[in-house]
Amino acid sequence: MPRTLLELDEVSREFDVSRPWLNRVLEGAPHQVLRAVDCISFELQRGETLALVGESGCGKSTVARLIVGLYAPSHGRIVFDGRDLAAPGAAALRRRMQMIFQDPYASLNPRWRVRDIVAEPVRVLGLASAETEIADRVSELLTQVGLAPEDSDKYPHEFSGGQRQRISIARALSGKPEFLVCDEPTSALDVSVQAQILNLMTELQERLGLTYLFISHNLAVVSHIADRVGVMYLGRLAEVADANELFARPKHPYTRMLLDAIPDLKMTGKRRTPVAGEVPNPLDPPAGCAFHPRCPHAGERCRTERPLPIAHGKSIVACHAVAEGRIE
Amino acid sequence: MTPLTKAAPQQNAFAAPHLQPPLLEVRDLRIEFPGRRGTLTAVDGISFSIAPGEVLGVVGESGAGKSLTGMAIIGLLEPPGRIAGGQIRLEGERIDALPHEKMRRIRGRRIGAIFQDPLTALNPLYTIGEQLVETIATHLDVNPAEARSRALALLGEVGIPAPEGRFDHYPHQFSGGMRQRVVIALSICAEPRLIVADEPTTALDVSIQAQIISLLKRLALDHGTAVMLITHDMGVIAETADRVAVMYAGRIAEIGPVREVIHAPRHPYSAGLMGSIPKIALPTDDSGAPGTGPPGGRRTRLVQIEGSMPRLNAIPPGCAFHPRCPKRFERCLRERPELIRTGTTDAACWLHAPDTART
Repeated sequence: MPRTLLELDEVSREFDVSRPWLNRVLEGAPHQVLRAVDCISFELQRGETLALVGESGCGKSTVARLIVGLYAPSHGRIVFDGRDLAAPGAAALRRRMQMIFQDPYASLNPRWRVRDIVAEPVRVLGLASAETEIADRVSELLTQVGLAPEDSDKYPHEFSGGQRQRISIARALSGKPEFLVCDEPTSALDVSVQAQILNLMTELQERLGLTYLFISHNLAVVSHIADRVGVMYLGRLAEVADANELFARPKHPYTRMLLDAIPDLKMTGKRRTPVAGEVPNPLDPPAGCAFHPRCPHAGERCRTERPLPIAHGKSIVACHAVAEGRIE
Repeated sequence: MTPLTKAAPQQNAFAAPHLQPPLLEVRDLRIEFPGRRGTLTAVDGISFSIAPGEVLGVVGESGAGKSLTGMAIIGLLEPPGRIAGGQIRLEGERIDALPHEKMRRIRGRRIGAIFQDPLTALNPLYTIGEQLVETIATHLDVNPAEARSRALALLGEVGIPAPEGRFDHYPHQFSGGMRQRVVIALSICAEPRLIVADEPTTALDVSIQAQIISLLKRLALDHGTAVMLITHDMGVIAETADRVAVMYAGRIAEIGPVREVIHAPRHPYSAGLMGSIPKIALPTDDSGAPGTGPPGGRRTRLVQIEGSMPRLNAIPPGCAFHPRCPKRFERCLRERPELIRTGTTDAACWLHAPDTART
């Protein structure tokens, strides 16, 4: 069995955000294309957790949706277990992946009992047909995520946010996936509940040998759960590195800035370099390196030439300053 | 611009905030929601005070009553919620039972408010300049030209680049972080003595969040404004607050200097809350060698508090936290603990009662 489970090969996704046709004709408004994901490549090994982090609008959720097939890529290939997901007949591959969404208040049908919510993938994928078998499977799944089998008769509104997220996880697991795409699974939860869900996800990964793609904007959560981390900025990958390496020795200036901006719980009193500026308009990204207007190390080359991802040790960094050795 | 800097900036720079008479004093505040199936008590007898120039952080999970407390202070409690007992004093004057019109004049003039979502706090149909000038003219005795120059100075102070150019822009033309700056400018335009900030950074990205935090902190320091900072993010509290109150199920579980509460929490709930926050643990800087000391994070379990906060209609007797508390004993099930002083912190926990046998 090859170690690589998922591979993204120069994947891009564009959205047409032009004004309506009539406006374009009458007002001469141009065609506008938003490039939400811009030529990104990474690999995901079996059994590991890769986290994608970045600020709002950086395209991390779009990547998640591209992988599970909610969007089709505009360019590039997504290869799952050695097969292109866009190839004919590859839809069956998607049965092996499931998604967990951010908001457990919106992702569960309020009119369905928990039993039906959790059993839906079992029925749809034809994993079991006898009702007793399905009921057993639901009980087993609910126990696995820390709920009681009796909860299967209740409706989602009877549960708290953390319990609902457990239901979403049970539903995701019921299709017996090997790969879970988790889009901000804990950011709608309170911190003590978040700890419960993160612990549960770690346990399940060890027990079931799952592979996670974990999307989050919270670097502390990511440092807790991820083996490797990809940092996205304006649709591009700025840096991909082992979690330990990334948090100990961030290379890309944007990664450094993000790490610097996290409020410091230890209160060491260290002075933080003030972060300047904001994410530019993705409709009109800066030329060259997208980060150059905010970057303290930007040079002439950064303004004109787009940096390509280059391996530095075990990290992959897209930065001219790092490539030229201008910054450590 | 003189008016902004006139407010005796040195006064609070070095003085210990606790030694000054409190600017805001809340005593035994009780907020109830009468309903058909009985009355729910959302905030149950909480007391605290904030000194001039001090930032008091209020943390807790959703439903702990922290936002309601803030709303009660601003006088914007939504019916049927009502203040059912206790007092709120601003500079010694009771403000909890003022008529609507009087409270409206205090709000904005003496108490500023910042809310979570900067878009809904601004009127989309007016330029930010118009909104600032209107607010300034309402609260201060100035002519239009003065109001305008003051508004421009405020925009500069909260860090909006080229304020003249942005003055006539509408809220939708600003990004989230910039809008929150405008909201802050609005809330400080009459130099209020107290700012109630309810989750001011929650809707913002981390890099913007850091900018807003340092802005709030600078305002408290420069103008001697007292700030009540309501948030669920302990990191924000650690960076900004002087003291912190941890709320649980409508009560204060622990209140004390921020360092004490974070590093040596006295209440088992605060301890659990601190433990459940994922931290970026780095190998110590001097170890140097790559690959050593993997960040504590991965594979180590986070401390978790079992269960979840009780609903308002099912708050357990005794200490409300006892069903989830790893250290509960017999007394916690029967008697409700009041705040008990231990060192510089007050914790509502029987573990700290003088007559509890220490082992």
